Amino acid sequence: MPRLERRPTPSRLWTAATPVLAVIATMFAGGLLFAALGKDPVEAIRTIFWDPLFGEFASYSRPQLLVKAGPLILIAIGLSLGFKAQVWNIGAEGQYIMGALAGAATGLAFYPGDSPLLFPAMVVIGALGGGLWGLIPAVLKLRFGSSEILVSLMLVYVAQHILSAAAFGMLKNPEGRGFPGSRNFQQFPAAFNGELIAGTGMHWGVVAALGSVIAAHVLLSRHILGFHIRVAGEAPRAARFAGVSPALLTSVCLGISGALAGLAGLFEVTGPAGQISTDFASGYGFTAIIVAFLGRLHPLGILLAGLLMALTYIGGELAQLTLNLPSAAIQAFQGMLLFFLLAFDVLSNFRIRLARRARA
Amino acid sequence: MQRRTLLTSTAAALVAVSLAGPALAQEPLKVGFIYVGPIGDLGWSYQHDQGRLAVEKEFGDKVETVYLESVPEGADAERALTQMAMQGADLIFTTSFGYMDATINVAARFPDVKFEHATGYKRAGNVATYNARFYEGRAVMGTIAGRMTRSNKIGYIGSFPIPEVIQGINSTFIHARKVNPDVEISVVWAYTWFDPAKEADAARALIEQGVDVILAHTDSTAPLAEAAKTPGVIGFGQASDMLDFAPSPRVSSIIDNWGPYYIERVQAVLDGTWTSTDTWAGIGEGAVVIGEITDAVPAEVKAEAEALAAAIADKSYHPFTGPLNRQDGTPWLAEGEVADDATLAGMNFYVEGIKGDIPQ
Repeated sequence: MPRLERRPTPSRLWTAATPVLAVIATMFAGGLLFAALGKDPVEAIRTIFWDPLFGEFASYSRPQLLVKAGPLILIAIGLSLGFKAQVWNIGAEGQYIMGALAGAATGLAFYPGDSPLLFPAMVVIGALGGGLWGLIPAVLKLRFGSSEILVSLMLVYVAQHILSAAAFGMLKNPEGRGFPGSRNFQQFPAAFNGELIAGTGMHWGVVAALGSVIAAHVLLSRHILGFHIRVAGEAPRAARFAGVSPALLTSVCLGISGALAGLAGLFEVTGPAGQISTDFASGYGFTAIIVAFLGRLHPLGILLAGLLMALTYIGGELAQLTLNLPSAAIQAFQGMLLFFLLAFDVLSNFRIRLARRARA
Repeated sequence: MQRRTLLTSTAAALVAVSLAGPALAQEPLKVGFIYVGPIGDLGWSYQHDQGRLAVEKEFGDKVETVYLESVPEGADAERALTQMAMQGADLIFTTSFGYMDATINVAARFPDVKFEHATGYKRAGNVATYNARFYEGRAVMGTIAGRMTRSNKIGYIGSFPIPEVIQGINSTFIHARKVNPDVEISVVWAYTWFDPAKEADAARALIEQGVDVILAHTDSTAPLAEAAKTPGVIGFGQASDMLDFAPSPRVSSIIDNWGPYYIERVQAVLDGTWTSTDTWAGIGEGAVVIGEITDAVPAEVKAEAEALAAAIADKSYHPFTGPLNRQDGTPWLAEGEVADDATLAGMNFYVEGIKGDIPQ
């Protein structure tokens, strides 16, 4: 009988290898699922993982990968800092919404202004909106000892209602014939977050996402705050002796992750989404949690995980179109990825020993 | 690849497809559908998919249909539509209001692909719009509701305060009052098109207020399931027939029947006669179907409701015929005057007698 033996420290090799294994296992299990649905598994897997990158229309889908991955990476980087320090912000979706609302409202207040300062101001206010929304659970935790997991999650629903109210009320397009939804930023050049270089998918949100990866890497490896975050997560008692203030650290982590989620929302609403509408929030804040873990809470890993996640979305759409796969099968496929990742995690924390006692 | 080359090559491919498509009989016309919900929602998206199946049945080998389900409105819709157009779709139906701007944007990039957007108001040379006059069906439901209520309280679960829903509330109330001068209507806003839990909550709240007839402008069967728990409470199928709840609480239903329109438009593309139009079809055209009125309804009420449906179908009666005042008592329609489509399409007021305000 093989048995599991806890490793003193997680294996570095396996920590790096498990995401790759998880992807391969997902391909196999997903292939079985697709075969059970009567589709050619090899063709389905090729359509999801290969065609968006190198297929006939890859020149369109490659930039779209960046567009889809940008907000995921930006949010996941913020979340990973908190997760490393054992601060569990589950409410990035709400912070994403509030950042978008705050920034969009600022821009729309100056419609149809053309000041070059407008967009930068919206970016700052978007980050503030998300950051302040993220600080609410921090304040409640420090003041009343409430769980930031529950409070940040519940605040998502509050944010969704505020989003609805804004789409129907304050931010409703006055020329929208009574229909909900704000003006479209495409028709508001000073506040529009368009492609920086046509055809590349690069917009400011993607730039910010890449910047956040580098910044997080520097922070974690070079800065005292990064050290505090790592110590607080790995050895909370030692962290106190090292002079880390748990209150301050909680606030910083929730504030930063909220601000990055808010930024993601702002770049999305002024760019790809184009407008505040009741359906603006499409789950990036929750998917980013998966991305953060899939990337092992490591900045570079998150970059790859975000791109991989985007690939399954875009490839999944292609598979629906060309192979008539139901969207639920694609969602199950994405779910498998997380499932296998968690399952293979056993290998980084445990060693498999074949049961044999040392002979006397 | 540069954007320009991308566009030229896709444009070239599309020209090739559109030239070759109708010219050669063996090349099927590719018809795409994009749905906001899963096709298994048994409501809105399900009914659109029934329309797609009707197209397949009607044209057989002459068409090939593809669809994408559960596509979020906003940035994802634009990408999904682009992918669909690149895969060679000749005609694309975008079946949710929130796809409006995405449809217009993608249509501008694919001038040879024809688009049909449901429930919106923006058109272009290759973008037509279509909708159904659900308020005609509501007039019939309102008549039954007014006759059947014992408590003289009918309840209405609104999805979002947009013109289409407000038309339905007004039409229901006008016709319930016509047959029962004591009737009152209570409106609960669910702020969702499909959320069984929220819809059940709304239905329960209405029943607790003494309501014994429930109408819903949301798509799940939850309000009927809730009505079934209280003896004497009835309701109606919405979007789909919902026969599982017949003969009571489901005493009749409003069925969205998109098949005839889809067939007509596909035929127009095959014939080369397609133009951008704005279609608003009702009971007469078969777009809105009144589901069977069950024996839970007395025969004379059933006859009265069916007569009303027939009068609406042959256009001898319009559900919004004066004299009608607005909620604040100011005159809207004079004796015998009929509401024009522009007013209905932007309807943002209740008629006289309805209590409560439309959320702004």
